[in-house]
Amino acid sequence: MRKTIAVYVENKYGVLARISGLFMRRGFNIDSLTVGETEDPDFSRVTVTMDADDNILNQVVNQLNKLYNVKKVKVLERGSSTERELLLLKLANTADKRSDIMAACEIYNAKIIDYSRRTISIEVTGDSDKIQSFVELMIPNGIIEMCRTGVVALERGDKILAEN
Amino acid sequence: MNRQAEEMKGCRIVVETLIEQGVTEIFGYPGGTVLDIYDELYKASDRITHIRTAHEQGASHAADGYSRVTGKVGVCIATSGPGATNLVTGIATAMLDSVPMVAITGNVPTSAIGKDGFQEVNITGVTMPITKHNYFVTDVTQLADTIREAFKIAKSGRPGPVLIDIPKDVQNAVCEYTPLVPVAPDPQEIADDAIIDQAVQMINEAKRPYIFIGGGAAGCGMEEAVKALAEKIDAYVGCTFMGLSTLPNSYDRFLGMEGMHGLYASSMANDNADLIIGLGVRFSDRATGNPKKYAEKAKIIQLDLDKSEINKNVLVDLGIIGNIVFSFERILERVKKQEHPEWGQMIRGYKEVGKSIAKKLEEVPAERITPRRIFRVINENKTPAMPIATDVGQHQMWAAQYTDFEQPRRFASSGGLGTMGYGLGAAIGAYYGSKEKTILITGDGSFGMNLNELVTLVGYHIPVVIVLINNGVLGMVRQWQSLFYGKRYSNTMMSQTTDYVKLAEAFGLPGRKAVTSCEFEAAFKEAMAHDGPFLINAVIDQDEPVLPMLPAGGSMENIITKFEKKEGER
Repeated sequence: MRKTIAVYVENKYGVLARISGLFMRRGFNIDSLTVGETEDPDFSRVTVTMDADDNILNQVVNQLNKLYNVKKVKVLERGSSTERELLLLKLANTADKRSDIMAACEIYNAKIIDYSRRTISIEVTGDSDKIQSFVELMIPNGIIEMCRTGVVALERGDKILAEN
Repeated sequence: MNRQAEEMKGCRIVVETLIEQGVTEIFGYPGGTVLDIYDELYKASDRITHIRTAHEQGASHAADGYSRVTGKVGVCIATSGPGATNLVTGIATAMLDSVPMVAITGNVPTSAIGKDGFQEVNITGVTMPITKHNYFVTDVTQLADTIREAFKIAKSGRPGPVLIDIPKDVQNAVCEYTPLVPVAPDPQEIADDAIIDQAVQMINEAKRPYIFIGGGAAGCGMEEAVKALAEKIDAYVGCTFMGLSTLPNSYDRFLGMEGMHGLYASSMANDNADLIIGLGVRFSDRATGNPKKYAEKAKIIQLDLDKSEINKNVLVDLGIIGNIVFSFERILERVKKQEHPEWGQMIRGYKEVGKSIAKKLEEVPAERITPRRIFRVINENKTPAMPIATDVGQHQMWAAQYTDFEQPRRFASSGGLGTMGYGLGAAIGAYYGSKEKTILITGDGSFGMNLNELVTLVGYHIPVVIVLINNGVLGMVRQWQSLFYGKRYSNTMMSQTTDYVKLAEAFGLPGRKAVTSCEFEAAFKEAMAHDGPFLINAVIDQDEPVLPMLPAGGSMENIITKFEKKEGER
């Protein structure tokens, strides 16, 4: 099952390498890993998504907790957290596909961020399922290039990772 | 201690902070980027002793051996580039066996970092997966606190190695330094009473309890508590390789090491128990064989400080996380007194079979040197305080099977990583940690890897008795080739031309060759009486096996207790 893990880490030398190195060394396969600043500039937040059963997930959490720069690790449950991903997509701009693309963009709440004679670039945000289905929808239109940010996630309500 | 703040250079801060942390011995090798630290070590030589090994790898193993014997943090130091990378095997060895260590490396000045200058290597990157934590210090004002934190991390929780990389300009920058007293390690987690009660209930229901000691319990002072529990619940005790020397071998409920080359009685007790109480064990593949078939008849209680070890290799019925001594003592207090005569009967049966396996191995002419005869002589002539260091291979397993350990922290051997070449450096460290004559058990393969440390033995007049069990082959690999590779001895024949007596003499220590058991006994007694290092080349048969053997990934039904050699076969 796909799991989302939020990791609150000290913003120090090599910390991203320590975390990604741990996943590599222990043979944990990850789907995405994102890292960015938090409300406190001394800390960063890493969000990892991976396919794992409960045993592997426990190992991941326990091993992450052993890293000295890691301050909090939490597995985010689907129902009690919100997650988003950003997709940038460049498609071929042809007369026969253009209206289809526009219609899909409207339904998916996607934004056209660049338009040229030969290409259309689109921005979409949403959970991974939405992003995935948009990508699949666009494949027949000829994807020239794309990039995804990977998942970021926050717990719902007044729960705060740093204070858990 | 003078608590006045004083302005000083980073290199002096390094030495002062080490002294402040209680370091009295440090092992290392000088070089370009640690010249400044070495200058300060020279000036402080009345307060801290530096032992220069022949190779940085020897220094890292010496720091490790020192730590295993003392329980203190072992410290080693090397220059940048190759000096630092030469420490790597020693650091990984310490990591796998949870040995507290601080490794200090110099590096090129911060302005030159990343430019691939002379002897630059990113040692923090290299050692990231083999240290508990590591540091690259860029600011001299952080230097003392970084070293202090490194010591704290090395000692806290599950111990391990920490590396501190210090660029040369940071060593030369100046700031204020105030000595501080060393801080205690982080407090350990305490298991809930409810979990302790669950364990007590499981123990009260058990009929065939087996206490299984690992490296996490070694050196924790658990001898009396383990004996008390074994008596109270009528249990028997075995250990992993890393758990050796926790209990004295003379204790009658102690069955010895189990696992791949474990003693028959211990492995059988483990396999037939209905309850295993694991004390600081991680159920490694060498201890368990096939994890799916491991101890199928038993429920397992695992007491460990490291949460990530619970259910990592073997699924357990109850994990008790936290300080194992405190958990164990509470269990001991609460369990009810029990007697399991049938279990005792079974154990006596296993011991008989074990004895007959050992006896079979002794059915050779009396003059021939066999591993058991070597260790009988060693056991009769050593004192309990003498540390035993080993290299890796058959001799190491014989040492594990046959040495009579009588005192905790008297065994320095690379368990997890299995580092050939570990022994001589470790023996040097074990000597400095114990100030006792130290016995190194080695083989001709392992000894060849780092025999350059003979220079250190002679140079510092270190009383290490080297027992080189020489079979002329890489015996452990050869044993596998004999059993599983159709006797195709690919690259396991060693050169038989080395004259180890001359080699010892060339380095400046006495050497003796023994080809009969009488010669060995005489040489060993001479070595024990000799003041200083001594080498004995004990020649044994090239097909002397380590038995019993559980093939990798096997279970007790696959146990090998005989090793037939056809007459005339080479």
